[in-house]
Amino acid sequence: MAQTLSLLYDRVRVEEKEIINAAQKKGVELRPIDAKELHLKITDLNKDEIFGDVAIERCVSHFRGLYITSILENKGVTVINPFSVAALCGDKLLCSMKLAKAGIPTPKTIVAFTKEEAMKVLEEEMGYPAVIKPVFGSWGRLIAPLKDRETAQALLEDREEMGNPLYQIYYIQEMVERPPRDIRTVVVGDQIAASIYRYSAPDDWRTNIARGGKAEVCNLTEDLRALILKAAEVVGTGVLGVDAMETKEGIVIHEVNSTVEFKGAMSVSEVDIPGMIIDYALEKARK
Amino acid sequence: MKFKCPECDGDIEAKEVIEGEILSCPDCGAELEVAKDKKGNFELKVAESEGEDWGE
Repeated sequence: MAQTLSLLYDRVRVEEKEIINAAQKKGVELRPIDAKELHLKITDLNKDEIFGDVAIERCVSHFRGLYITSILENKGVTVINPFSVAALCGDKLLCSMKLAKAGIPTPKTIVAFTKEEAMKVLEEEMGYPAVIKPVFGSWGRLIAPLKDRETAQALLEDREEMGNPLYQIYYIQEMVERPPRDIRTVVVGDQIAASIYRYSAPDDWRTNIARGGKAEVCNLTEDLRALILKAAEVVGTGVLGVDAMETKEGIVIHEVNSTVEFKGAMSVSEVDIPGMIIDYALEKARK
Repeated sequence: MKFKCPECDGDIEAKEVIEGEILSCPDCGAELEVAKDKKGNFELKVAESEGEDWGE
C-alpha cells in the first residue's frame, strides 16, 4: 500500500509550499492540515487516519507544534521531528547541555535564575561583551548583546518585568568572536542536505535570514561535516538546522533547530531539500 | 485572483494562492491568510499575529 503523509502547519511559508510541491512531483499523497483548525481528543489513543503514516510537523509556533507532536505520537503516528527532538531543540538550555555532554564544541554558557545572580555571572565570570538569550523562541528575538554593566543592568531589569516566567531563566553566553556570518547546515536524517553562510544584515549583528541576513553557499570540510552530523545525531536525528560559528579556536556549534527554515539554503544551493524531506518521511513510513 | 482586504477594503491581486499562505495588503500592510469559505472559495482573513514562541 502506498504511504501517505500529512503536513501540519499554522502558516504556509515558502518551506511548506515547497514541501507540498515536492510531494506532488513525486506522486506522494500529502495532506496539509491547518493546526489552527485542529482539536484532538487526547484521551482517545486510537490512531487517527487523517495524519497518514508519517506527519511532518512544521508549525511556526513552537509549543503548538510540540504538543501536537506529543499527542500524535501517543496515538501511534510517526512524527518528523519526534517529540524528544523538538523539545530538546526548542530549549536552548537543554540543547547546549546535550551538545556539551557529547563533547561537541559549543560556546561557554552560564545559567542563573535571578537578575542579581545573572549580574554576578557577568561581573565575575563571563565579563563583557556577553550575550543573553531567552531559552525558547527564535528568529533572534530578544537575543541581546551585553556590552557593559549599564546595558546589562537595564536589560536584565526589563527582563524581570516580563510576565513569562521562562524569561526569568537567564541564559548567558560568551560573545564569540567570529566573522559577521555563521554557518547554517540543513541535515535530513543522517545526510547533509545543504550548507550556507548566513551573513548578518548591514544594520544587525544577528545572522538570522528572518532578520534580513543573506545567504551564500558554504563548502564544508570533512571534519566539519562529521561534527555537524554528530550534533544532529546527538539531539536525536530528524530534519534539522545545525548552526555553527567560526572562531579563532575553531568551530563551535551553538544551536540545533527543529522545524528548520531552509529558504536561504534553497535560494543558493541546487539541492532539492523539500524532496529530501519527503523521501525521508517515506523512509520513516516504511519502518 | 482578486480579493478585498478585510482590514482596509483595498484591492489585492494574487496569481496562484494556496490555503494557509500569507499575503500582505499593498495598501495597509495587513498580514492576511488565504482560507477557504464554506463553499470552498478562497477568501482572506487577518492572519494570526506573531507569538513569543514563533520561529525555529
